[in-house]
Formats: sequence, structure tokens, C-alpha cells
Amino acid sequence: MSYAATHDQHDDHHGAPKNFFQRWCMSTNHKDIGTLYLIFALTMFFIGGSFAMVIRAELFKPGLQLVQPYFFNEMTTMHALVMIFGAIMPAFVGLGNWMIPMMVGAPDMALPRMNNLSFWILPFAFALMLSTLFLPGGGPSGGWTMYPPLSLQSDSLAYVVFAIHLMGISSIMGAINIIATILNMRAPGMDLLKMPVFVWSWLITAFLLIAVMPVLAGAVTMLLTDKYFGTSFFNPGGGGDPVLYQHVFWFFGHPEVYIMILPAFGIISEIIPTFARKPIFGYKAMVFAIASIAFLSFIVWAHHMFAVGLPLGADIFFMYATMLIAVPTGVKVFNWVSTMWGGSLTFETPMLFAIAFVILFTIGGFSGLMLALVPADFQYQDTYFVVAHFHYVLVTGALFAIIGATYYWIPKWTGNMYSEFWGKVHFWNSVVWVNVLFFPQHFLGLAGMPRRIPDYNVAFANFNMISSIGGFLFGASQLIFLGVLIHCAFFSKKKAADRVWEGARGLEWTLPSPAPHHTFDVPPVIHDEELAHGNVHA
Amino acid sequence: MAAASLALASFGGVAHADPHPWQLNMEPGVSTWSHVPYDLNNISLAVCVVIGILVFGAMFVAMFRFRKSRGAVAEKWSHNTMLEVVWTTVPVIILVALAYLSTGGLTSWADTTGSQMTVKVTGFQWKWRYDYVSYMGKSIDKVGFMSKLDQQSDETRQLGSGMDPYAVKVGNENTYLLNVDKPLVVPVDTKIRFVITGGDVIHSWWVPALGWKLDAIPGIINAAWTNIKTPGTYRGQCAELCGQDHGFMPIVVVAKSKADFAKWLSEQEAESKKAPPPPAPFDAAAQSAAQGG
Repeated sequence: MSYAATHDQHDDHHGAPKNFFQRWCMSTNHKDIGTLYLIFALTMFFIGGSFAMVIRAELFKPGLQLVQPYFFNEMTTMHALVMIFGAIMPAFVGLGNWMIPMMVGAPDMALPRMNNLSFWILPFAFALMLSTLFLPGGGPSGGWTMYPPLSLQSDSLAYVVFAIHLMGISSIMGAINIIATILNMRAPGMDLLKMPVFVWSWLITAFLLIAVMPVLAGAVTMLLTDKYFGTSFFNPGGGGDPVLYQHVFWFFGHPEVYIMILPAFGIISEIIPTFARKPIFGYKAMVFAIASIAFLSFIVWAHHMFAVGLPLGADIFFMYATMLIAVPTGVKVFNWVSTMWGGSLTFETPMLFAIAFVILFTIGGFSGLMLALVPADFQYQDTYFVVAHFHYVLVTGALFAIIGATYYWIPKWTGNMYSEFWGKVHFWNSVVWVNVLFFPQHFLGLAGMPRRIPDYNVAFANFNMISSIGGFLFGASQLIFLGVLIHCAFFSKKKAADRVWEGARGLEWTLPSPAPHHTFDVPPVIHDEELAHGNVHA
Repeated sequence: MAAASLALASFGGVAHADPHPWQLNMEPGVSTWSHVPYDLNNISLAVCVVIGILVFGAMFVAMFRFRKSRGAVAEKWSHNTMLEVVWTTVPVIILVALAYLSTGGLTSWADTTGSQMTVKVTGFQWKWRYDYVSYMGKSIDKVGFMSKLDQQSDETRQLGSGMDPYAVKVGNENTYLLNVDKPLVVPVDTKIRFVITGGDVIHSWWVPALGWKLDAIPGIINAAWTNIKTPGTYRGQCAELCGQDHGFMPIVVVAKSKADFAKWLSEQEAESKKAPPPPAPFDAAAQSAAQGG
């Protein structure tokens, strides 16, 4: 069968299927699956956010007003699980699904049917996990880290473990698909070192996922057999060791942190050059920095465990390795600033989120450096200082990048421009309230407030109230985001140009807006000057 | 750096051992070692503030100077080897300095030798147990007790109690959720070794004024030390999620002069000789597991 004949046979597939079930549930199209991932992530973002509202409402003032401590613990645990595995990770996979084939000139993902499966596992995994809230005994309440022996006291352990297995399978399949697409499906002339930084960041992230999701699966499976099958991996009464779990968990957990931030680095490296109208500064250094951060992520896990009582030598090793991460991360921040320097800047909503990312993520990086210093960490560990730190890197870091990416690419997805006015209203509300929400938590931690407590001494009352007010308003601001998205997708009258942004470079902008159901059936010809980072050989 | 750290020290306000409203910074603490995390905190914060001002300053200058609306035309360059070498090496030098300071402080923390007193701390859901093991080279017999949230806090903290957390006071000090029925009593100017373990799940023993926290883990005995300089009452909380009442198992350390402590200890010893030993308040299996490591 000749190529031409194959191509003709598929001609009738070139529009999207009309049948709703066929189009969305049976889809093998990377754009539709990307949309599904993004809608799923947005839904989970609001569910996880509503848990956060319960937490902040209970912490609004001292004394217990709304919920029992056990339910409070369920909320903190579920908030983390839903946000990490349900919102941030699927959102990045959705962005990767949509954009990677279009950025490397591929017609679709390499393994389209597996792509469908890796998405459709997720709703079932989360239905399983969220259902525990309605079961006798309640949901998981031992923290998202599920440290034994506490997590073994939970009645819902089996549900959560199976849900995590499903998410892990989904993530691994997604990662394999992304690696296969990037390594095999690039258009001729799209050399590895000509790929957009976003594609590079996802390639490296996908390898991290494949390396560590099985480790998490192993750790939670040991929890399961400890609880139900009489093993003693983590039970000292049977010769086990609770600390072993923490080592295994954080060997997954630290790379996981970078799984949630490396694609964000990629996104920011796309947005800033576009609105600075200037090629990204130090393209190769950016790629190399991502790779070094990924490597270092495997040898820093015990910095989550400085208060566990590790041997002195281990504390020192993990402290030094952790501090090293500041170097490639610093290079990235300096490169973003240098990209802006000497550019011709405009400040559309994606650029505003990108600039806020650079500043606020760096603040999260600063507190990360402080946390790396072991004696200081003896004080910071398990306090609100840590809560502030990881929310700065995950909310104003990962989440702001995802929101920025959505504003950046939604005209390409829908063919319509979003409302710039309401986008900016959303931005300014988010950036103000997120700081009111999280900045005072640094002070609470330094003053000695432990994390994961439903009630506190009156000395912590002022900053908790400020933080809660920030939390409610930050949460409410995200409804503006929802409104902007719905307006853009269904009601906006303003059509997007193909290039959308004046300074946009890269293959995805050579396609029509909205991007047709099938793109790059014929591989595009790569012109170096069309790429986002200019002439990389200079 | 010293000047910056001094400036930041005043940022924290006057010295209070306990958390106070609007507290912005860590306290220097009351032990011979507790200034280490405090100094590191201030120095690293100062370093971050300086770097932040430079980086964010450059960003804001770029945002005003290179606006398209002001007619800025984009330049084409995307490399500068000299700059890239500088901003890779300068952070390394700063990190080496911070690592040097931290390593020294950490090494002194890890050295529990030469202690004059040993106290065993055991975490339970949701209270602490303190057993006095030895003092000044002599072993102590049967001085040990449970220490749990005081009754007033416990009644106030119930959901829908209608009681006011602001009314929970000892003297002028609000002690809501930070007071216990029976505090740990220790002498000042004595190197005290704590051996810390857990009876059921993992807890973490933390008194901010002493400068560290250490996990109380079933099957493992951790060791740390302190040497308190000033008599006083120092309050802390469990710092590792340990179940529903994790937020309600505070720690209170009362540091007395050596003479007062000796008097207190002999009273306790006399009391334990009089009364028959109380039955173990926790199951023996958990204890043997806790001591097995």
C-alpha cells in the first residue's frame, strides 16, 4: 500500500467526529486529549481549592469553629493529593499534549491510543480517591506523604494506594508517549538543539516521571502489604523501619517536585522571548540548567528529612547537594532577566504571569536555600515557613506558569482572543491576594507555628487571619479565570490571527487559528530564523 | 554580613521566648547552641534580600527602559560569556560561605558527648512522656511522668465549646494550646542529653527556644542535646503530623537554677519511693518496640 493510498483512506477522518461520545471518549487526537487533560486539571483545581478554603476558614481565628481536627487533616491531605496529582501534573500533560506535536512539527503523539488510555484512567483514579471522603472512617488524613505508622491507621489506605497506582500508570504512559513523540516524530531539520525550551523541559520531565513513579508505587504497595498482609517493611515491631519509607518516598518525592516545575521553566522560556521580542538568552545554558536540575533532583531527597535524625555525614552531603541546585536555578533566572534586557516589551496577560513567576518563584527559591541549611532547617522543618516556601514555588511557580501558558496559547486552541481586560483583572487579583495569602505564613513559621494543625495559640492569630482573607480572595479571583476561559472559548467575537502575538516564534504559530483537527500531515520545512531562540549556533 | 544580621536581629523585636502577636522573625533562643540557626537564618535572609534587590531591580529597570510603548527596539544578542561565567561562579562562592557556617553549627549540634544529664522523651498519641535517666553521673530511679495538654486549653479547644481562646492565661501570658499539666523540669547551665523515641507513630519534639526539633520515631532512639543559659518557661509543640490531636500535644520546659532543680528532683524521688509505681500507662509491646532499635 502506497503512502498516498493510506493518506486518502484517512481523509474522511480529518474533521473532528460529530458524535460527542466518539469525539471525546474515544479520541486519539492529541488536541482533544490535551483539552480533556486541561479541563480535568481545571476541575481538580477547583475541588482542591475548595478543600483549601475549608482549611483557611478553620484557621481564620483561634479555636475550632467549623470542623473536627480529623476532618481538618483529611482536608490538608486531600488538598495536596488533588492539587499535585489532579491539577498541576495533568495540566502540564495537557499542555504537552496540545503543544509538543505542534512545536516539533509532528502530526500527533507517537502513541495515540495509549494517549487516550492515559487520560481516561485519571477520572476513575480520582473518583476512587475522592469517594473516600464519603465512606465510613473518612478519607486519608495522614498527610499526602503518607508516613507510616500513622498512615497505616487509616481505613481508606487501600483506596488511596490503588488510586495512586492508577495515577502512576497514567503518568508513566503519558511520559513514554512524550518521549517517543519528541525522539521519533520531529519534522526533518528540527534537531534536538533547535527544539523549543518547553519541549526540552518536557523531554527531561518525562524521564523523571519514568524513573520515579514506580518508586512511589513500590512505597505505597509496601504500605498496603504492611497493613493488610502482615509484612513489616515499616513496622519496628517486626524488624522494619519507619524511616525506610521516608527515604523511598522522597526518592520519588523530590524528583516529583521538579516534575511540577521543569515544564513551568519551559513555559516561561517561551512566553518571555515572545513579549520581549528578543531571542531567549543562553538557549543552551537553559537546556543544560534543566538537565542539571533534573540530575541533582535524585541526590537531594533527604533534605526533607533533616529532623529525622540522620547521621551527621548524611546531613552534610544532602545539605551541600541541595545548595548546589541554587546554581542552575540562578542561571535560569538570570537568563530570563537578560532576555528582557534590551528587548521591546509589552505586557499582555501571559507576560504579566511570566514576570510574576520569575519574581515570586525566585522568592520561593530563596526560602528553599534557607531551608537547605541544616541547623536553620531544624527550626523551619514542619512549620508554616515550609508551607509558605512550597506554595511560592507551586502556586506562584507551577500554577502561574500554567495560567500564563493558558492565556498564551488559548487563542491558538480556540481561534478567539480572550478578554485582555478581564485577563489583567484576573492577574492583578491573583498576584496581590496570593501574596497576602502566603507571605505572612513565613512569619508564622518563624514565630513557631507548626504546619498541619487545625488550631493555634492566639499569638498566631493576626497573620492567620490575614492569610485566610488572602486565601478567600485568591480563591474567588480564580472564578474570574473560569469566566475568561468560557468567554474566550464560546463567546468571544475577536478572532485570533495565526501568529497571535507579534513576537511569537516557532512552528505552532505557522498553523491557522484555531489549529485544525489534524496538523502537519506533511512535515513542515524548518527555517532557523522562525524558531523561538534565534540562531542557536551563535 | 554582621551588620546585616544585626539589623535583622532588631527586625525580630525584643526578645520573647514564646510566640508573640505580629512576631516576624525567629528568636535567638536561650541555649548555648540556639543562636546557630538564628544567625544562619538572618545571614541567609540578608544574602537573599541583597540578591533579590539586584535581580528584581534589574527586572524593573528592564520593564521601564525597554517598553515597546516607549519606542524600544529589540536587540538581537542572546549570549554574553563573561556575564554567564560571573553569575555561575559568584553564587558558588556565596554558597561555599553559607555551607561553611552551616557545617560548623551542625557538627557542634551532633556532638552529644560530655552530657551531665539524660532525659528520655517518648511521643504518644497525643502526649509526651519524660523519664529522667541520669543526673551528674548518678542514675535516677523512677522519676518519670506523662505530660499532656492542660485542662483549660483542652476544654476551650473543643469544637463548639463557646469558650474564648484569649481567656486561657497563666499570669499575663496567653498559653492557649501551649500549656501542659506537668512540664519537663531541667536545670540551667547543664549539658542535657535527650534520647527521643516514639511509642506509636512518629512525633517530633520541638521547643523553638532550644533551637532544634528532632523526630520521635518508633523503633529508633534519636539523641540531641541542649544547655539552657537562662531560667524560664519555654514552650513548643509536636512538629510531625501524628493524627487527629497533633495540634494538641504541646511541650513545656521549665528551666530552674541548679539548686532549685536538685530540690525538685529529690522531692520527685521521695514521692516515687512512697507511692507504689504506677502501672505503665501504655502497652508494653509498644514500649519494647520503641526500645528495640
